[in-house]
Amino acid sequence: MESVTPILEFKNTCVSYTKQTMAVKYVSAAIEKNTITAIMGPSGCGKSTLLRAVNLMHNLYPNIRVDGEILLNGENILSMEPIDVRRRVGMVFQRPAPFPTMSIYDNVLAGFALNGIKLSKAEKDATVERCLRSVALWNEVKDVLNKKGTFLSGGQQQRLCIARALAMKPDVLLMDEPTSALDPIATKHIEELLLELQKEVTILIVTHNMGQARRISSKSMFMYLGELVEYGDTETLFSNPTDERTRAYLTGKMG
Amino acid sequence: MNVTTKHRLAKDKLMLWGVCLFAALTAVPLIAILGEVLLRGYDQLSWSFFTQPTPTAYKAMKAIEAGEPIPGGIANGIIGTMLMLGMAVVVAVPLGILCGAYLSEHSKDRFAQVVSYLTDLLQGTPSVIIGIITYIWVVVPMKGYSAIAGSVALCIMMLPLIIRSTEETLKILPASLKEAGLALGGNKARVMMKVQLPAAFGGIFTGVLLAISRVIGETAPLMFTALGCSFIRFAVDKPISAVPLLIWEFFNDPNLQELIWGASLFLLLFVLMLNLTAKYLAKKWNQ
Repeated sequence: MESVTPILEFKNTCVSYTKQTMAVKYVSAAIEKNTITAIMGPSGCGKSTLLRAVNLMHNLYPNIRVDGEILLNGENILSMEPIDVRRRVGMVFQRPAPFPTMSIYDNVLAGFALNGIKLSKAEKDATVERCLRSVALWNEVKDVLNKKGTFLSGGQQQRLCIARALAMKPDVLLMDEPTSALDPIATKHIEELLLELQKEVTILIVTHNMGQARRISSKSMFMYLGELVEYGDTETLFSNPTDERTRAYLTGKMG
Repeated sequence: MNVTTKHRLAKDKLMLWGVCLFAALTAVPLIAILGEVLLRGYDQLSWSFFTQPTPTAYKAMKAIEAGEPIPGGIANGIIGTMLMLGMAVVVAVPLGILCGAYLSEHSKDRFAQVVSYLTDLLQGTPSVIIGIITYIWVVVPMKGYSAIAGSVALCIMMLPLIIRSTEETLKILPASLKEAGLALGGNKARVMMKVQLPAAFGGIFTGVLLAISRVIGETAPLMFTALGCSFIRFAVDKPISAVPLLIWEFFNDPNLQELIWGASLFLLLFVLMLNLTAKYLAKKWNQ
């Protein structure tokens, strides 16, 4: 394979909540640009913890330590300012979390407001339309932009949150089980959306749903007890896993 | 059903009746107070009661002798109360919200823990002590009683309530809200101002209303600070009246005693209204 500079690279990344135990142990992996990479594994295996290390969410909690390196375009984010990293690395959470006091319009623009970036009315309108179109929400909400985001259905709310993250034009989008609180139809919409979005942004998605990982990702990671057990092309990983633990998980013998 | 089961169910019923009875008993004083004040004060409520200042004892005596209702009202008290509350709110609300925001965000800091403990102490401080302290701090240096001094005392009393309600409301917001704000690259201050505080608005506003209703009836701290005044006045650096102060004055003057009930009814209804508004807002906000 010719060498492509990875957009995101974990190098011996470790995360520990307490001094004794590590939740993520020496993970090394390179994520390619404009791909969807799924992180799978049983509950408590450290997949969300690894994901939250990428946008320095762990910095909020003084007890949590992150060691090793995480490179974003070759730069170690662990030594960068969190607010700079988070502008370039968007995140979508498990539960849709539109800001309850803001309208749909303002939710899309929240990133600008929170960064103190002033936009003209025309820029605002254009950004809102562009972002809502890219998450296929524009036609559904274009007449109710001034309504609160919390009036939308769960699936719509989650798409709004994706639009909000995309508005900042991030390099990487982190998604922490974004469809686990949604019904199958809303989930299908989001999956189709992600396949479309990978043209613009590199997506790292934590999922419990093996079917989902197989449907949307080109690369998959399997984590177990904090270790990255296997990482490779999704098709290979599903059809011919090299590690016994991966095989056991994928066949439902462990989980 | 065997005998033991019947026995147990009967006991259960007895307990239920017991707790219902005691619950009813606790409501008795409240209803009795409301009834008494309403019955005695209702007659006095009229337009002039709210627009006229307190009559002099002489005028009141003349009216009583002539068998007429006592002229005048409590407008001086209402204006004084509103003026002092207004000034206290303007200072206590921003201060209390900022302090509450700090306490909720940095609850593990040593300094925050000390402040939190002091807030509890302040909340438990008898109002008469707050009055005498304000006397020393404000009335003495200003060389006179004033509305400002009264509002300082009320402000000190409101602070712990606003701090606590802000802190508690912020703490029960889902962590995802703050994380979502920070994940967009906002700094903590902006996320607090634009996401967390707006989301907590209902709870904080309820807290402010409850704080107002707590201090609006305070009499002791105002005796040391606002002193009282028998005419309508808007000056903030002069002694001023307040509704609870008037009730105390009416009680001490045999000619004015009739007015106690109208003033009490006003105060009671005002506090009731604030409480109901607070409840309504809290409910609406929780939905």
